[in-house]
Amino acid sequence: MSKMHIKFHLNGQEVEGLAEPRMLLIHFLRENLKVTGPHIGCETSHCGACTVDLNGKSVKSCTLFACQADGAAITTVEGLTNPDGTLGVLQEMFREHHGLQCGFCTPGMITRAHRLLQENPTPTEEEVRFGISGNLCRCTGYQNIVKAILAAAEQLNAHKAPSSSEAVGQNVEAAE
Amino acid sequence: MKDEVQSPEERSAGLKGLGCSRKRVEDVRFTQGRGNYVDDIKLDGMLTGDFVRSPYAHARILSINTEAALAVPGVLAVLTAKDLEPLGLHWMPTLAGDKQMVLADGKVLFQGQEVAYVVATDRYAAADGVAAVEVDYEDLPVVTDPFKAMDPDAPVLREDLAGQTEGAHGPRRHHNHIFTWEQGDKAATEAVLAEADVVAEEMVYYHRTHPMPLETCGCVASMDKVTGKLTLWGTFQAPHAVRTVASLISGIAEHNIRVISPDIGGGFGNKVGVYPGYVCSIVASIVTGKPVKWVESRMDNLMSTAFARDYWMQGKIAATKEGKITGLWCHTTADHGGFDACADPTKFPAGFMNICTGSYDIPVAYLAVDGVYTNKAPGGVAYRCSFRVTEAAYFIERMIEVLAIRLNMDAAELRRINFIRKDQFPYQSALGWEYDSGDYHTAWEKALNAVGYDVLRREQAERLEAFKRGETRKLIGIGLTHFTEIVGAGPVKNCDILGLGMFDSCEIRIHPTGSAIARLGTISQGQGHATTFAQIIASEIGIPADDITLEEGDTDTAPYGLGTYGSRSTPVAGAATAMAARKIRAKAQMIAAYLLEVHDDDVEFEVDRFVVKGAPERFKTMKEIAFASYNQAIPGVEPGLEAVSYYDPPNMTYPFGAYICVMEIDVDTGEHEVRSFYALDDCGTRINPMIIEGQVHGGATEGYAIAMGQEIAYDEMGNHKTATLMDFFVPTAWETPHYTTDFTVTPSPHHPIGAKGVGESPNVGSVPCFSNAVHDAFRPFGLVQSHMPHDHWRIWKIAEDLGLHV
Repeated sequence: MSKMHIKFHLNGQEVEGLAEPRMLLIHFLRENLKVTGPHIGCETSHCGACTVDLNGKSVKSCTLFACQADGAAITTVEGLTNPDGTLGVLQEMFREHHGLQCGFCTPGMITRAHRLLQENPTPTEEEVRFGISGNLCRCTGYQNIVKAILAAAEQLNAHKAPSSSEAVGQNVEAAE
Repeated sequence: MKDEVQSPEERSAGLKGLGCSRKRVEDVRFTQGRGNYVDDIKLDGMLTGDFVRSPYAHARILSINTEAALAVPGVLAVLTAKDLEPLGLHWMPTLAGDKQMVLADGKVLFQGQEVAYVVATDRYAAADGVAAVEVDYEDLPVVTDPFKAMDPDAPVLREDLAGQTEGAHGPRRHHNHIFTWEQGDKAATEAVLAEADVVAEEMVYYHRTHPMPLETCGCVASMDKVTGKLTLWGTFQAPHAVRTVASLISGIAEHNIRVISPDIGGGFGNKVGVYPGYVCSIVASIVTGKPVKWVESRMDNLMSTAFARDYWMQGKIAATKEGKITGLWCHTTADHGGFDACADPTKFPAGFMNICTGSYDIPVAYLAVDGVYTNKAPGGVAYRCSFRVTEAAYFIERMIEVLAIRLNMDAAELRRINFIRKDQFPYQSALGWEYDSGDYHTAWEKALNAVGYDVLRREQAERLEAFKRGETRKLIGIGLTHFTEIVGAGPVKNCDILGLGMFDSCEIRIHPTGSAIARLGTISQGQGHATTFAQIIASEIGIPADDITLEEGDTDTAPYGLGTYGSRSTPVAGAATAMAARKIRAKAQMIAAYLLEVHDDDVEFEVDRFVVKGAPERFKTMKEIAFASYNQAIPGVEPGLEAVSYYDPPNMTYPFGAYICVMEIDVDTGEHEVRSFYALDDCGTRINPMIIEGQVHGGATEGYAIAMGQEIAYDEMGNHKTATLMDFFVPTAWETPHYTTDFTVTPSPHHPIGAKGVGESPNVGSVPCFSNAVHDAFRPFGLVQSHMPHDHWRIWKIAEDLGLHV
């Protein structure tokens, strides 16, 4: 099958490659680009382990062809780490509040939470629960995930206050 | 030095040892997408394998034509049973003493069974190849009901067993019969039942479900033809056992096989068994000379690997009219599917189902389990439980409720008057176990007080009256459960898998500068072993947990162990860790005494050092001792500071818990809302409270799924009806309840640090708790027993059948 040339921005860098028209974005990311943060849990859009951020929306990359991402801006969990290599706010809060166990849903979950907090920077617990309901977790029972996301929202909002220092400002930027 | 001005308490806190809610060391990698799961492994020239699967539940295979598939670009090979037969690999032994087809040999026995294995350059080419394989089937009569399977004229499923009247676990009395397993005293139990004031009888069905870890099963097999060494990465909960089994069935010498379990995306029992994908990938790598990866799709996973439960439990419970239980009888019909591939210790074909006397002092009991073949997938794994403990706990906790109805008693009170008392431990159960420790009354009272049980019952009664007056259509159900588990298999004298004793192991090496590496025979699948086992070592020898690396899962480097399932890591490998650490401490004592120029007996251990008795200013820290062990010639002491321990536990451990759920049920829609869920767990000594709480949340959520909607269902033709996440219920954050956790601490008397294991308690305890809440809501209207899962339709049907819809 002939291949298509695909180019997009991934975590701030331009990447390109060749893929059959039928190739799914998750396979292109994982197998061609070796970006293995997003995982495959169902291939039917139910579990959300493959969630990436595509042009400002949470997208399940198992249900999108790689060629549909041509020209897009994509962020995966790898792109949510601070530039200095430290954990971003959401990543740190997931660790702090024990929001993960086996880690398999975590990249998709954090990537979804990242977008959720852009959509709604001050969510209630109920809004967080609804907002991540496209992402399944089999280990945590979600309680600590919800806690982690609410804690991250609080931190991000506190850092957005005008009095915040420059270092904190960078932190927020990276997490955004 | 800062160190010297710190009090022992401060130094102890700095170790992050036992009892510390230490943050997990695993999370730095996982939160950044830097985990290394089996599907993340990519080797040069690696090929992909995929299966042609049977669309029929029972059919004869007339022919398989691979010609078109082999012509597909990228397809390199198609394996069938005929190709495996010369190697003797077309069948493989199961963990339960049966055998299972690797690839369909003449017939298929369940829908989704592996028929041919296509090897291609990538997953797309493999899928094309699978689609191009032509298989001609002749369908045969299907049996999905285990009771009908035992009819005299039922279709013969296992023709390979024709004439075999003796199975791995005794006589077979029918062509679809696998075994009968009996425990307890039948005659005495029947005598008690015959003379009892009250006998409650009920059929309790625990439906078929599936562990469904978010990561499916998979492997990468790589045969190096130059060195003759096979490396097998895979989602293995028991990597060492996989190595031994792989060696025995392939004929490759065990030292030439290296099995590696990388990060595992949840196991819950799904990753204990040996699956055809592993065998075919090994063969394919040998044939092609290239690494071969096989990773299940979700549909493959739900259809073919490792179902759980499917126990039909007929029960009789006898009591005095005051409610004192006098006897328990149970006959279970166990649906094992087409092959008996249960993952149980060899001598326990129904696992630890004989823990079904639960938390109660029951003087006589009898249990019989009949295993039966049907046209369903094989498996029968312990889905987050210790070998059928969930089935046992569900059975007894339903029978208690049924008895309470019969006696017109409060179910909390009925439990209270029948609990094994604290002074009865160690307690010999009527079905053969010695419960090591427990304090059920204390836990029960704490739980009832915490939820305000009496107030809840009054509110429930008021709601019922309001319902009867037509003011509301919602009822309240209060679900009670007190469970006792049996985990930590187990003593080698009675527990083995394929002849391998179920000990476990730990090796600790202290480096010259005082940090350490520990390796264990277990493998974490999310439990946080790298965090918690380091805490055990920290407390035992005074090296900070942060200075200890922990490794598991590589059979070339880790000591031999039987792996992680059945909540056995802490009870067995955790004990081995403490014992290995104590060996190091004993040697460190000799070194310290030498350095301090006193007798061995004149120094004592204090947090992170050995101190001269009566002279606290004279001491040697573990760090100093570690360095000395590498740079000083100490008479009579070998250089270095390392130890290994293989721990054979003297007994199982018996964690227990008290769970209470309050549920609102809409009689007209069948919908429910879990208003509160209280979970008190007693897992003995608590290593990391944060991780314990996380385990409880997760296990209870699995229990919630199982009780309220999750099932593996087949139609009468054996078609699998729940093979995607559209049909197989996995709760999201939206419907998952909020949990309140609590604890009591009753240390295990025989475990070195008193720990009992906790990972599976919440699944074991929560399923009866949720189910009892549903039953309790309808108890005033005469409901005695209704089978799980209690999805909206089934709850609506309960109300409909009770005439509550007008």
